[in-house]
Amino acid sequence: MDAFVDIHDVTHIYAGAEDGAPAVEGMSIKVREGEFAAIVGPSGCGKSTVMKLATGLQFPNKGTVIVDGREVDAPVKIAGMAFQNPVMLPWRTTLKNLLLPLEIVQPHRSRLRAHRKEYEARAEALLAQVGLEGQGSKFPWQLSGGMQQRASLCRSLIHEPKLLMLDEPFAALDAFTREELWCIIRDLHAAKRFTVILVTHDLREAVFLADRVFCMSARPGRIIAEREIDLPRPRDLDVTYTQPFIDIVHELRGHIATAREAV
Amino acid sequence: MAARRSRISLILAPWVFTIGFFAIWEVVVRALGVSNFVLPAPSVIAEAIVQYRTQLLFHSYHTMWMTLAGFGLAVIFGLVLGMALGASQIVHAGAYPLLVGFNAIPKVAMVPILVIWFGVGWQAPVLTAFLISFFPIVVNVATGLATIEPETEDVLRALGASKRDIIFKVGIPRSMPYFFGSLKVAITLAYVGSVIAEYNASNVGVGNLMARASADFNVPLIWAALIALAVLGVMMYAATAYAERRMTGWAQRSQFAAQ
Ligand SMILES: Nc1ncnc2c1ncn2[C@@H]1O[C@H](COP(=O)(O)OP(=O)(O)O)[C@@H](O)[C@H]1O
Ligand SMILES: [Mg+2]
Repeated sequence: MDAFVDIHDVTHIYAGAEDGAPAVEGMSIKVREGEFAAIVGPSGCGKSTVMKLATGLQFPNKGTVIVDGREVDAPVKIAGMAFQNPVMLPWRTTLKNLLLPLEIVQPHRSRLRAHRKEYEARAEALLAQVGLEGQGSKFPWQLSGGMQQRASLCRSLIHEPKLLMLDEPFAALDAFTREELWCIIRDLHAAKRFTVILVTHDLREAVFLADRVFCMSARPGRIIAEREIDLPRPRDLDVTYTQPFIDIVHELRGHIATAREAV
Repeated sequence: MAARRSRISLILAPWVFTIGFFAIWEVVVRALGVSNFVLPAPSVIAEAIVQYRTQLLFHSYHTMWMTLAGFGLAVIFGLVLGMALGASQIVHAGAYPLLVGFNAIPKVAMVPILVIWFGVGWQAPVLTAFLISFFPIVVNVATGLATIEPETEDVLRALGASKRDIIFKVGIPRSMPYFFGSLKVAITLAYVGSVIAEYNASNVGVGNLMARASADFNVPLIWAALIALAVLGVMMYAATAYAERRMTGWAQRSQFAAQ
């Protein structure tokens, strides 16, 4: 298999870790280009650490991380990220928050000044796609939590990254908003076909969105199960009430339960 | 109706309280026959203000410039040092103990040294104002920079942002409320510094005017100078508070702050 993200036998110990124990150990993940992967596992098992390794924010003590055919030895520059906390900059309007990645990433960085209108139109279009039409001039703190999270998703996609990293982005939202956002991210992925790695502790979310789900053990994190999700696309929210869907969720729950017992 | 009445009372309250304060002062001083030497009545102080108005204006103007010059130096130095401290852990670890030690010295104790170095003149007030007021600016700017949310940093670094990008796009804008907040403290401190140094080591300024007035036992003039200091102090404080509101409105968005 030709992997877009290839994390091979990686062990990582944080420099600041008091006990010197690894956060992840002997960890391997392969994600194909354009694939939607989900990583599930108990909290503190090293899911966020995997994100940091894949984006070059941390470097492994052992093993290799290859993204887009190159070994990662610096921040990757092709990734968009969104977290549980939307981390919008409160002094910028929502639209200006969206433009932030373009002020950093080339070639946009040099083009931004001259093509400002064009980029602003792109940001507005993206806002409209996530149901935030015309909200660009508001400050983030004037938006609800769900709206901020939508804007945060837009910001992670504005520079059309080849790799989208989502670290529990829906965890703090109410159930209805969460399912709305599932559909939004599903449609964005279907339209643009970027590679996604979604970290979550919600098994239904993982099964609904992903092509492939990885289950991690408790700390030190390893992959204890990998499951291809062959439910046909496009998936509707109704699929979450069908038997095949429920069976997969049960199967994964079994893996997680064993992982927790092992502690 | 009731809401409107309470709004009007809120607007009137400061005036009523201020006028009441001086009225009670006047009445008490007259009723008890307190001598002007101990505590002059407000009417006597007002007379002194009118009588010495040119002197008071001249010296206040001078004190204001000494304070603003020292404060300006403190702002520049505080911003630069604060950014260095906030941006580099090494600079922070190395310089912080020194700064804390320096801050522990009562700056009044440095006035004699400044007089030995520069003699009597504008240098001592300006430098005292500077020395006494830069510390809160440094600490606040450094704090604003050093407390960037790790996720914000991750988002930007994963895009390939340099340390410099992060400081300019996030660190500096985010430290502005801390910076402007510290200006209110700094201007007050700078004012204390310049007046104390004028008192001890200058031929002009309100501090010096008070020193001479007290040598002459001219008590009404001392009190008139105190009032001049209060007015000038309020003006400078109000100016920085206004600048803070204008520049960092986004940070004062809560209902709590608006009230
Ligand atoms: N910067 C850090 N320094 C030291 N230890 C860390 C750091 N970040 C995370 N850890 C530790 O590594 C482990 C895995 O963390 P993380 O990847 O954030 O878990 P998850 O996202 O699955 O909840 C945790 O036990 C955590 O305490
Ligand atoms: Mg995490």
